[in-house]
Amino acid sequence: MNRNHESGIRDEEVERMKHLLQNAVPPIGNDPEVTRDLWPGMLRRIHEESSRSAARVPWFDWALGGALLALAAVAPRTIPVILYYL
Amino acid sequence: MRDDAGSVLSRFQHGDVDAFETLFRMHQRAVQGWILRIVREPSAAEDVTIEAFWRMHQAHARFDPERGFEPWARRIATHSALDWLRRQKPESGMSPEMWDAVPAPAGSDAAINAEIRNTMVRAFARLPAKLRITALLAVVEERPQKEVANALGISIGAVKLRVFRALRLLRTDLKQQGITP
Repeated sequence: MNRNHESGIRDEEVERMKHLLQNAVPPIGNDPEVTRDLWPGMLRRIHEESSRSAARVPWFDWALGGALLALAAVAPRTIPVILYYL
Repeated sequence: MRDDAGSVLSRFQHGDVDAFETLFRMHQRAVQGWILRIVREPSAAEDVTIEAFWRMHQAHARFDPERGFEPWARRIATHSALDWLRRQKPESGMSPEMWDAVPAPAGSDAAINAEIRNTMVRAFARLPAKLRITALLAVVEERPQKEVANALGISIGAVKLRVFRALRLLRTDLKQQGITP
């Protein structure tokens, strides 16, 4: 009777558990039926993601905008200077 | 022919969408079949396949044409499927009614009754995703350990260890349910 030192589970128990698992969860097999062409869905995903990333504002732009707003709020006299450089 | 294949891989690496389409059409069946073995739901397998190819498309610059597309694609597909498994609640899709309706697989042991199978399936669904995926590929689908190791990006020893841990956890879970395997 072999017993695995690390686990305390016998080899025959391992085989029994494998057998139980194989009976409970049937294998899909070697050649599952795959028929639908997924390329149109893939193309849609690419277009969606690229338009999303184009519309996305980089974090640096948000930070810069926030800093300018804060500066304008703290020192209103800088507003004409900020507008001049926009 | 080989030059053509090499050219497609090289163009894909540089972000050519036509080359990506060629690779997609060449490998969709294999990738989707592999994912289906893990997620075990045809509609989910389609979604995960698109997610996996999207990740490949995103990672095109890191692809090394010298190492071939298939092993790289399989590894990305495996990790996409693993992420899907992680997002699933343990009991989702595993209701007793559903599994009562599942016939015993061909060649299954008649002595293993439906109750034990149901309990086993529930216990299996409760396993950590990384143990479940390894047991699915190595034990249920009986894929060679080297293939499983390459797909998961781990060593063969780690595959054996994960299978062992999965079976040990299953045994403990079954015992807690009052079933002595």
